[in-house]
Amino acid sequence: MKKHWHRRHIVEAIVKALMMLSFAIVAGSLGLILWTVISRGLPALTWSMLSQTPKGGFYLGKEGGILNAIIGSLYLAGGGTLIALIFSLPIALYLETYLGDSSWGHYVRLALDVLWGIPSIVYGAFGFIVMLALGLRASLLGGIITLALLELPIMTRAMDEVIRRMPVELEQAALALGSTRLEVAARVVTRQMLPGIVTAILLAFGRGIGDAAAVLFTAGFTDRIPTSLMQPAASLPLAVFFQLGMPYPEVQKRAYASALILTIIVLAISLGSRWIAGRLSKYVWK
Amino acid sequence: MAKQATPVTTKINHEEGRHPRPSLPSRRRQDRNAGRILFGITLLPVILVALITLGLGIRFWPILKVYSFWELVSGVVWKPEEGHFGFWPFISGTFWVTIVGAGLAVPPCILTALYLSEYARASTRAIMKPLLDLLAAIPSVVYGVWGVIIIVPLVEKYIAPFFAKYLGFIPIFVSNNPTGYGILAGGIVLAVMIAPFIIAVTYEVLTTVSQGLRQASLAVGATQWQTIRSIVIPQTLPGIVAGVVLGATRALGETMAVLMVVGNVPQVPHSIFDTAYPLPALIANNYGEMMSIPLYDAALLGAAFILLVIILIFNIASTLVLQRMLGKRWV
Amino acid sequence: MDAHIQVRNLNAYYGSAQALKDINIQIPAKQITVIMGPSGCGKTTLLKTFNRFLELTDDTVITGEVLVDGQNIYEKDIDVTEVRKRVGLLAQRPFPLPMSIYENVAYGMHIHRTKNNRDEYRSAVRHYLEVAGLYEEVKTRLMSPATSLSIGQQQRLCLARGLAVEPEIILGDEPTSALDPISSQHIEGRLLDLKKQYTTVIVTHTLRQAKRLADYVIFMYLGEVVEAGPAKEVFNDPKQARTRAYLEGQF
Repeated sequence: MKKHWHRRHIVEAIVKALMMLSFAIVAGSLGLILWTVISRGLPALTWSMLSQTPKGGFYLGKEGGILNAIIGSLYLAGGGTLIALIFSLPIALYLETYLGDSSWGHYVRLALDVLWGIPSIVYGAFGFIVMLALGLRASLLGGIITLALLELPIMTRAMDEVIRRMPVELEQAALALGSTRLEVAARVVTRQMLPGIVTAILLAFGRGIGDAAAVLFTAGFTDRIPTSLMQPAASLPLAVFFQLGMPYPEVQKRAYASALILTIIVLAISLGSRWIAGRLSKYVWK
Repeated sequence: MAKQATPVTTKINHEEGRHPRPSLPSRRRQDRNAGRILFGITLLPVILVALITLGLGIRFWPILKVYSFWELVSGVVWKPEEGHFGFWPFISGTFWVTIVGAGLAVPPCILTALYLSEYARASTRAIMKPLLDLLAAIPSVVYGVWGVIIIVPLVEKYIAPFFAKYLGFIPIFVSNNPTGYGILAGGIVLAVMIAPFIIAVTYEVLTTVSQGLRQASLAVGATQWQTIRSIVIPQTLPGIVAGVVLGATRALGETMAVLMVVGNVPQVPHSIFDTAYPLPALIANNYGEMMSIPLYDAALLGAAFILLVIILIFNIASTLVLQRMLGKRWV
Repeated sequence: MDAHIQVRNLNAYYGSAQALKDINIQIPAKQITVIMGPSGCGKTTLLKTFNRFLELTDDTVITGEVLVDGQNIYEKDIDVTEVRKRVGLLAQRPFPLPMSIYENVAYGMHIHRTKNNRDEYRSAVRHYLEVAGLYEEVKTRLMSPATSLSIGQQQRLCLARGLAVEPEIILGDEPTSALDPISSQHIEGRLLDLKKQYTTVIVTHTLRQAKRLADYVIFMYLGEVVEAGPAKEVFNDPKQARTRAYLEGQF
């Protein structure tokens, strides 16, 4: 039974090699992207980039920073996530505790999947139409509404996934003790699912803060930090895009730094949500 | 005669140490009302889908009154100031980039998913998950920056000349575009962007094959690859295809990253080294002038409508296939 | 004893938990050996070391030697697929491959290219279906899906499939526990017929089945072999107290 290299062994070895190569390509791509952003962005990252808004001539290479975009993005994604949450959580809870396997539940889930697949540029165009109809101009509010629409299916799907994994025994135990379905949803399900729900929220927030196409038409752009919902708001992705498009190397370097800031924020959210979910798992029944 | 036993009732004092609970009838009413309100909220996703489709369709309508749908979709000239609205360069550009992107992504992603599902140990899988999550979280603009810094020069200095020199007899590899901006650069960036998604879905589909089935094959002395080829893949092929199609629909709608590397020249492409101008890029680049030229807004929002319809069709079809494969729900 | 399998100093661990402790036994050739014991004693674990299936589970460590025909199957350069061709396994639940009945039986032969042309394959498939006692029931529908068979028929199909690669040893992991009594009886009948050609090792948790089938018995408890010997000796005059307790139904 010593190994003779039959054809099937050779084929197996080749396939295994290809698989490891593919694995390396995928892992390597992440590494390459991060390395590119860090190596170009870090040298151009200065404290003033983070703490100042653009002064005159910023886009020609003079002083200032992208504080307008940082704060603008936080307002936009924060507002959008909040509004999406108000609708997401009830929808997800209702789907699980009331609808379960019903065919209406099936249609709602299909609609959510469809919404999930709609690209952000289409949400941007739709947001634009809504704003025109409401008489709004490009503003913080417009951007928030559009981001809320974009984030809703993402958040709801993620929450639905978590809630579906809810051990049925827990629900049944609560119902057996005499709770109504509403009470089961509000008290038992939410607490058990808390880490998953937080992860879903952060996931949607991360998506919203990184999106350019949805806010392109609807939030506008400005060098100032918005003080009211009706004012236009700058966003980090657009700040990166506009700076990169300028023909001045000085400004392009700042674009890399802005991209680095955006990447750090998004990665911090992604890694941070894992950590928070771990911490919140204290009450979770495994 | 024995005494009639009186039933023993224990009175549970709800007041001690707890806040008083509302009576049962009012809790039931609460439950029903909540049920009604919440049911209303679940109408929201369905209403949104209808609203978005209708909204864009209504804004598309004005231009459809002037030109026929076929004229618009097959027209090759795009000069809005002169009233020429030919969508074909953008539609074909969209498909070129998407197909190149999906084509580049599929082999490594399927192989990676197979490796994770059939060969890798639990510890390897544990590293992959965060890695894929990170890749998926990176914003579109950052991919675009990476594309401009690394991929475009790569295409320009190494890939395009190599293909011109050794494979120049194949038409789709020949182009008179001297820059690295073009379909291939867009395809490479897209491939990396949709990779985490395709790997995740393919992996989920592969895990639906029970271990007992794999072991039945191994027990007669098959190698793992023979098992994969004869049993695992035939069982899961529809799901894998659906996952790839779904990944491709995500590539269809990608805006920023593609816009930054694809060249944005409104012509019908003939080679992977040509520039292209996909529909999302068209909409994103020109929204500023939307209201200034007559029918321009209807044209651009119509482009969004066409994009939406294409995506809806592929999306629904592949979602239904995947739902059937993975049970009612998938990750 | 003419030993077909020899086990020397075998230890097996699932992670940090030890499942097999210092196993040193021999399996006689061309007889039915039954490994019996209460659940969790390691009988299936031991069985799975014979065809190198144990290593398919994550995090397992195996030390020691398992010799088949004098050769240690855990040696470095051994071809695992060759081992599994020689040592067949009939699993607890039948898993028909998603193909026709014919293709199920022919599967192993195709993998190892043991036959040369269509006719040889066809007659081999027929032969092994007959040996498994299934041919008469399926001869008119060899090309229909294997999943259309009843569970008892499926298990016989799996037996035919396993025999088609011409193993020397048949392993059975509680092969009748998922079947109804009639199908169980059928499988037991087949195994008794086949013992003249194949060395057979069966794991069972039913004492009655052990008594019906065994020529040689291995009794295990908590990962150790407590007693091993010819069936008549172990059943009628067990030397260990634990064996006696088990035979009396104490656990």
